[in-house]
This record gives sequence, C-alpha cells and structure tokens, in this order.
Amino acid sequence: MKYASQRVAYWYFTCAMVLFGVQILAGVLAGTVYVLPNVLSELLPFNIIRMIHTNALIVWLLMGFFGCAYYLVPEEAERDIESPMLAYVQLGLLMFGALSAVAGYTLGVHEGREFLEQPLWIKVAIVVVALIFLYNISMTVLKGRRTAVTNVLLLGLWGIALFWLFAFYTPANLSVDKLYWWYIVHLWVEGVWELVMASVLAFLMIKTTGADREVVEKWLYSIVGLALFSGLLGTGHHYYWIGAPGYWQWVGSVFSALEIAPFFAMVIFAFKMVFKGRKDHPNRAAVLWSLGCTVGAFFGAGVWGFLHTLSFVNYYTHGTQLTAAHGHLAFFGAYVMLNLALITYAMPYLRGKAPYHQGLNIVSFWLMTGAMTVMTFALTFAGVIQVHLQRVLGMPYMEVQDQIAPFYWLRLGSGVVVGISAILFLWSVFGPVRERRAKAARVAVQPAE
Amino acid sequence: MSERFTTSAARNVFYGGSIFFFVVFVGLTAQSHWHIVTTSTDEATLSESVIRGKHVWEKHSCINCHSILGEGAYFAPEVGNVWIRYGGKDDPQAAREGLIAWMRSQPSGVEGRRQMPQFHLSDQELNDLVDFLEWTSRIDTQKWPPNDAG
Ligand code: HEM
Ligand code: HEM
Ligand SMILES: [Fe+2]
Repeated sequence: MKYASQRVAYWYFTCAMVLFGVQILAGVLAGTVYVLPNVLSELLPFNIIRMIHTNALIVWLLMGFFGCAYYLVPEEAERDIESPMLAYVQLGLLMFGALSAVAGYTLGVHEGREFLEQPLWIKVAIVVVALIFLYNISMTVLKGRRTAVTNVLLLGLWGIALFWLFAFYTPANLSVDKLYWWYIVHLWVEGVWELVMASVLAFLMIKTTGADREVVEKWLYSIVGLALFSGLLGTGHHYYWIGAPGYWQWVGSVFSALEIAPFFAMVIFAFKMVFKGRKDHPNRAAVLWSLGCTVGAFFGAGVWGFLHTLSFVNYYTHGTQLTAAHGHLAFFGAYVMLNLALITYAMPYLRGKAPYHQGLNIVSFWLMTGAMTVMTFALTFAGVIQVHLQRVLGMPYMEVQDQIAPFYWLRLGSGVVVGISAILFLWSVFGPVRERRAKAARVAVQPAE
Repeated sequence: MSERFTTSAARNVFYGGSIFFFVVFVGLTAQSHWHIVTTSTDEATLSESVIRGKHVWEKHSCINCHSILGEGAYFAPEVGNVWIRYGGKDDPQAAREGLIAWMRSQPSGVEGRRQMPQFHLSDQELNDLVDFLEWTSRIDTQKWPPNDAG
C-alpha cells in the first residue's frame, strides 16, 4: 500500500464479500425451490428470493467497483483520496441501504420492475452515494496525475450514475417502460461497466506484468471504443419484441453481434501482456483471476451472448433458460471475476503482507469457474430443450418444465459447489496469515510500476 | 500495434465515435418512443384501470416469477399473451373470469408443483390486472411469441 487512504478499499471489499455471501445463499435457495417447489412457498416466495439474489449481486459488484476505484486511483493519481472520511460515510450509507432492502424484501416491501425493486428512498440513497463517490474520486483525480486508466474509469463511473437516473422514470405504457428500462440494464453491463472492467484490467496488467504504460493505454482506448461503438446500438437486441419498430431487428443483430469484439480484444490484450511481461508477479493467483476474467467474459458475454442475439434466433430463445445461462456466465465471467481479481491482487498490500494462501486461492478459482461452467451448460441444455418443446412444438410451459427437471438438479448441485468455492476464496483472502513466513517476503514485494 | 496509431489517436477515435453512436442511439430511441405511442400500442385504451393494473403487477413483483413480453424471470409462464391463451379474443368475459378464478385459487398446494402465492387482491385490483394483461396482449410485438404457449 503506497498511500494510507487506500485502506478504505479494504472495507469496501469486506462489505462486498458479505453481500456476495447473501447473493450465493439466495441463489442456492432459489435453485432449491426450482427442484422442490413446495419448500418455503408460503414463507418466502420465489420472487422474493430471486430479487435478493439479483439485487445483492448488483450492489456488491458496484461496491466492489467503488473499492477498486479507491484502491487504484491513489496509485494512478499519485495522491491520497480527497476525503477518506466521506468514503466511509458513503460505504456506511450503501451498506445500510443494501441490508435494509434485503430485510424489507423479506417483509414484502419492494417495487416491481426487475432489478429495480428497491423502495424509492433507497433509490434516492443510491444517488446520494453516487454523488459522494463521484465528488471524492473526481477531486482525487483532478488534483493528481491524469492517466488513461483513471480517465476511462471515471467516465465509466459517471456513466453508471447517469443511467441510474432512469430508475426514477416508470412510464405507464409498458412498451415505453421497457424501452428505457434497458437504458439502465443494457447500457450498464454492455456499456459503462465495460469501461470500468477494461480500466481495472489495464491497471492490473501494468502492475502485475510490468507492461509499458504507453502500450496498455493504446489497448485500453481501443477496447473501450469497440465496446461503445457496438454496445450502444447493440441495445437493439432487446428491442425486437417489445413493441419497438421492426428496424431494430437489423440494427440490433448487426451491432450486438459486434459486441463480442471488445471481449475478444481483452483476452488478447491480457494474454499478450502476461506472456510478454517483463516480470513474474509473486501473486500468481491475481494474474490467474485477471486472465480468467477475460476468458470468462469472452465466453459468457461474447459467445453465449452471440448465441441468441441474432433476431431470428432470439425469436425462439427470448426469455428462456438460455437467457438465464447467458446471464449467469456473463455476470460471473466479466464482473464477478474482475472483482475477485482485484481483491486477490490488492488484499496482500492492504493487509501489509506478502502474497499468501496462493494455493488455496487458485483451488477456489478452478472450483468456482468449473462449477459456474457446469451450471451454464445445465441451463443451456435446459434452454435448448425448452425452445424446441415450447417455442417450436407449442407444448405448454409447465409441462415443458417437468421435462427439464434433471437439469435443474444439476444447476443446484453446481450452485452448492460455487458456494463451497466461495468459502475457500474468502478464507484465502481474509484468513489468518502466519506472520513469521510473511515478514521475510514482505520486504521483497513492492507494487510494481 | 503500429506506430502510426498513437495513444492520442486511439483516444480521439474513442471519444468521437462514442459521441456519434450515442447521439444516433438517442435519436433512434426517440423515434421508437414515437412509434410506440402512435402505432404499436393502443394509447387510446391505456385507461386508468390499465395503469392501476400495471401498478398491481409491480406492487407484487410478479416479474420475479413470470416474464412479460419475454422479460423477467423464467420460473412461471409468459403473461404477455396469457389473455390469448385464456381465449380472451373469442370470449372476453370467460377469459376475465378464468384469470380471476386462477389468482383467487392460489396457492394450489399441489405437491411437487411450483406454487404461486395468494396476494389477497380486491375485486377492483383483480379486474385492473386483467385490464392490464388484456391491453398488453394487443401490443404489436412483431408476431412474438411464436405460439400461444408463450
Ligand atoms: C458482461 C456483459 C453482459 C452481461 C452481464 C449480460 C447479462 C445479461 C442478462 C442478465 C440478461 C437477461 C436480462 C433480463 O432479465 O431480461 C441478458 C440478456 C441478453 N443478452 Fe446479455 N449480457 C452481457 C453481454 C452480452 C453480449 C455481449 C451480448 C451479445 C453478443 C448479449 C446478448 C444478450 C441478449 C440477446 C439478451 C436477451 C435474451 C433474451 O431475449 O431473453 N449480452 N444479458
Ligand atoms: C456468482 C455467481 C452468480 C451470478 C453472477 C448469478 C447471476 C444471476 C442473474 C444475473 C440472474 C438473473 C437472470 C436473468 O434475468 O437472466 C440470476 C438468477 C438466478 N440464479 Fe444466479 N447467479 C450466481 C449464482 C447462482 C447460484 C450459486 C445459484 C444456485 C443454484 C443461482 C440460482 C439462480 C436462480 C434459480 C435464478 C432465477 C432464474 C429464473 O428467473 O428462473 N445463481 N442469477
Ligand atoms: Fe444487452
């Protein structure tokens, strides 16, 4: 840790990991209800479990992004965070809002649009949180050294806040409602979040491989350019069947098919930097997560996204288990793995220790990615069968679901393994480290530039 | 990457291109908004009760089990065309009564079958909800879903 104020990131990561736990628990519960539908049906219905699962996911990913920013901006800007105090206030407010939301959901207090179920006061609190954060980070950047990494990161974070404002607009016309709902959901994950992802990845590459900053920056701008050129009009892949004009079938198909490009570029970029790198970073687990994250995103978002993005395919696959397969691998591969990569990288510095528990962390990597892959295939097979029986043959929904029950057992099994691997991961980053072994190595390891 | 493609060139292409595509996207959205309110949905029948029905739909977060026009959860059937499945086109009265009876009789309690909660909706809420589903079924969705199964 070069700057004392980077320490706030430690608490962001800690809170994020608590919500990660909540997310996985709710996921396993939801997966259980799928195969044993009478479980909990009166106490905690499926819709409530599901909103806890998805909301916890989104909030912890954002919390992780904030943590990433607080960790890397001081090193990039070469100065302490403008106000660590504000950073803690921001975290407290966000965590309080998140936990209140979860508690409220179990009591039936929620709104009713997918992913935007937070009660109004929490939506407003999120704006306040965003304003505090943007002030704090922007001031740190403006008064310090400007780099491409912080430029792109800031643009991404401002974009997240800006598009969030659409959460306050709920038109009475369902089709208009959907038109702008995607301004948040799609323009986040296939737009501004990609800016955050690419810039954090660029930071990790500079630090772990000793890559030349000039080269990294060129890659960074090229990647985020590809992301926005394809991703903005790519929103059209959600406008095929909601009442929007027919031309979206062309615009959406063409541009969203190109969305695979930035993810592919990130794979090439990361592997090239690591293999050509001038140094071997002792935190091998962090390098593994960084590389894995580009591959996970490429398959989850790129390949599984392309699978159902052309309008004549989407006509049949829209809103089936295939969508769930893609949603899981995309969120996991891109944003979960990105956060776990930076946490793995930053934790030793934040705790003032040499990289520790590398073996355990690497085991958790393979177990988690392996289990998520099995889950994705289970849902993909379920989806293909569903599409054939329901969309082609016209068999009623509920009958089709009975046919694909075995895949839901497989999903639950792999989900439990994800849970176990998450515990291993948490132990590997938060678990106790024997001081004796660490002390000798600590001297040797300084953040690279 | 080649020497002529400098970092500042990459940056300028990024900023310029992004602004361009964003403006095009916003323009097309505006056109789509116009298309929806004038052509593909029936604004004239977007009545108070349809709007109230949408609120009932939202208040109970039906979207986290069902999908509507293919969006939402995948735990329960598509409802964008449930009005059609219930035969609302031929016999609206029977479809209305059928849908209301369905919601009143939940949860089914059948062992091994997915359960829909009992939301204790009033007569007015039930009718509003049906109005909303009926209105939704008339949106021009480019012929989606492929069949009545949704
Ligand atoms: C990391 C980036 C991405 C994430 C996190 C992500 C996540 C998701 C999620 C959660 C949904 C379901 C939304 C809903 O509830 O209705 C979805 C839908 C969809 N995504 Fe992605 N996605 C990503 C990238 C992509 C890419 C690059 C493509 C195309 C190449 C793509 C194509 C689609 C399509 C076509 C749908 C609609 C599925 C349907 O019709 O049911 N996604 N995505
Ligand atoms: C870090 C890992 C995970 C991520 C990123 C993730 C993400 C998501 C997302 C984005 C959705 C919404 C899907 C959509 O709208 O298309 C979802 C739904 C769901 N997830 Fe996960 N999830 C994860 C782990 C799990 C686990 C371990 C389970 C347990 C089996 C699980 C079970 C479910 C279930 C049952 C649903 C509801 C699907 C439906 O609507 O029918 N998830 N998850
Ligand atoms: Fe999308």
